[in-house]
Amino acid sequence: MSNSSSRERNLHRQLANMKHSLFDQGYLDEQFIQLEELQDEENPNFVEEVVSLYYWDSVRLIQNIEQALEQNPIDFAKLDNHMHQFKGSSCSIGAKKLKKECTQFEKYCKTGNGEGCKRTFQQVKKEYATLKKKLERYFQFARQVGCVEKACRPK
Amino acid sequence: METTGFSSPRPDAFPAGLRVLVVDDDPTWLKILEKMLKKCSYEVTTCNLAREALHLLRERKDGFDIVISDVNMPDMDGFKLLEHVGLEMDLPVIMMSVDGETSRVMKGVQHGACDYLLKPIRMKELRNIWQHVFRKRIHEVRDIESHEGLEEIQMMRNCMEQSDDGYLFCGADLITGKKRKDVDYKQDDRQCSDPSSVKKARVVWTFDLHQKFVKAVNQFGLDKVGPKKILDLMGVPWLTRENVASHLQKYRLYLSRLQKGNELKSSFGGMKPSDFSSKDTAGNVCLHNSSTAPQNNVANGSYVVCGNKIPIKNVDSKICGEDMKIASVQMAESKEELIGVITDPQKSSNSGTSLNHSFGQIGSDVRYEPKIPAQFSWTEVPPVQFKQEPKPHFQSQSWSAEVRPVQFKQELKPHFQSENSFSHLPLCRNHIQVDCTEPILSHHPIPSTNEKDKRADIRPNCSKSRSKGIGIVNPVESKAELFSVQSKSHLPVCQEYEPIPCSIWNTKNHSLEQILLNDIDSSQRSLILGTGSGFRLWDEELQGYSPQGDFHPQNAGFENIESFAYSNQELIADIPPLLYDSWNFDFGNPSEATEYPVMDQGLFIA
Repeated sequence: MSNSSSRERNLHRQLANMKHSLFDQGYLDEQFIQLEELQDEENPNFVEEVVSLYYWDSVRLIQNIEQALEQNPIDFAKLDNHMHQFKGSSCSIGAKKLKKECTQFEKYCKTGNGEGCKRTFQQVKKEYATLKKKLERYFQFARQVGCVEKACRPK
Repeated sequence: METTGFSSPRPDAFPAGLRVLVVDDDPTWLKILEKMLKKCSYEVTTCNLAREALHLLRERKDGFDIVISDVNMPDMDGFKLLEHVGLEMDLPVIMMSVDGETSRVMKGVQHGACDYLLKPIRMKELRNIWQHVFRKRIHEVRDIESHEGLEEIQMMRNCMEQSDDGYLFCGADLITGKKRKDVDYKQDDRQCSDPSSVKKARVVWTFDLHQKFVKAVNQFGLDKVGPKKILDLMGVPWLTRENVASHLQKYRLYLSRLQKGNELKSSFGGMKPSDFSSKDTAGNVCLHNSSTAPQNNVANGSYVVCGNKIPIKNVDSKICGEDMKIASVQMAESKEELIGVITDPQKSSNSGTSLNHSFGQIGSDVRYEPKIPAQFSWTEVPPVQFKQEPKPHFQSQSWSAEVRPVQFKQELKPHFQSENSFSHLPLCRNHIQVDCTEPILSHHPIPSTNEKDKRADIRPNCSKSRSKGIGIVNPVESKAELFSVQSKSHLPVCQEYEPIPCSIWNTKNHSLEQILLNDIDSSQRSLILGTGSGFRLWDEELQGYSPQGDFHPQNAGFENIESFAYSNQELIADIPPLLYDSWNFDFGNPSEATEYPVMDQGLFIA
């Protein structure tokens, strides 16, 4: 008994640590906490659902930006618009670092700096992918913890 | 899109059960907002397209209490949606965006948003949105028109006194706060125990009524007059000071909006887009101010003038509905200016262009929504909004489109939003000349108060402008350098501004046709008249009008428009699919023609 409960506690702690590190390293911000607060019995996996939805939908937004960057000459207004959409979406899950890169991108966009945009976009994509991996791991682990919890729960 | 079903809010549990419509093209945000709102115990309906949202809103009249919408949406500018909603449904609208730039926020407020939230949105911000609903209700109660006597007030008082504590203060404030005797509250079917759910009986500002109003206003000058004086002058027994006050406010807003739009598009000579953008920010100058503007504000000037000249009776202009919802315009001022402009035929080319310009602007900006809601909170003709796609051809397009609406011979009464009407006026100017010439000449310039006619006029016009807009574009374009120049310059503006700074509302009966005929040289007129085959269509219709302006029914217009549109395939081809779609969307299918009849009914609320 004590084994399972201490195991539970361990897992919980690990999960908590994972989350904290995501915050400490600046990957996530307050918005993520907001999402967690929305999670309840009715939507027990709310945060994961939202994040999945984001990653699913943002694919087209990224494509839009890439296509716009490939144009010659670049239509910066359009590019800005696309990035605006992407940024708006990204802030919905609290993607802090990603947001920063987007802001940088927007700056280059406003000054019509195509090269700057392209470079920054590489960063954007990198952050986007990194966050995705980290969150995937986090949710996976959370599910495990959940399973363990259920398993440990007295029947 | 998920809907939670139509249901009335539970008055006793307000704000719980508040019916919210959320519009956002981002599915992630939509999901989050939905959850947040549900947690606030609100009833949420989500929508990811603006047009869908409008559809829903129209379908379920009174089905929602508040709308939250994102600013950037693919199918329609959030600001446009905002205006539509405000005008047609008179619901509070909250805007959202990642972008918190002052200019954007200001724009939102100008377009009537009651709040502007920045993303990421916190739940606590959403918790308090009910205040906007509440506030609006309180204000609406003040506008309640009642034909009953004081007994109603008594009843209301008693009723409210017995209401739940939570809202007692509100009721009491409303009633006791009114020191004027002529405040009447109409007893409503619903429980008056909950003031927050009291339905307001709105004054329907028919064309006639509005005419009287403008006439009264012009006696004193827009800024100098107060609602009491206006009310006295109008001599309408059942109208209350509050009714007039709120109408006056809207009128002023409308005019200033027009003014602003005017300034933006002031140069006919082809102002650069950058010029416009600089005017993008706040600071709608009253129309009268524009009169002092230098000649480069030709547009303004011409607008003004034209506006004045055109008899207000021509509600049509209102109907033009470019942007019905225009901040109140300083009619008085504009009147003067209009006169000034009109009397200078030299500027006619300018004014011509300006007319066109305004029309164009209007067209481009406004999206015509044929559906005029039955309830006219604005008591004006619901603005006919033309959806505007910011493309140069649209400019001309809209222009031509606009022209048509002018034709309305003020049939458009009830749904007219004062703002709309104002806005339309200028636009219609040109139109009015053309169209009004015939009908007006033959009969007294004062628009017939035949609402039906108006409506009929408007409808076809609207529809015409809508679909025609597309078709007409080319002809118009080819027509005028003037226009093309303007269209370019207007383009940026059109996107954002409601057209129409014309304050055509000159209640002094300058007969429109007189002015027009006198001042506008024939070439101009023919330009207007002859522009595009689309106009021909209008002309035909014009012929068909009897002096009484019993324009025939909207259906006729529809057919015309449809056929017109189809006959101009090549013209249409030019139109970007999106624009076309939006046109279609809005007006789109012939089946929508049936909406006119509905509107009709709605119009006659009074």
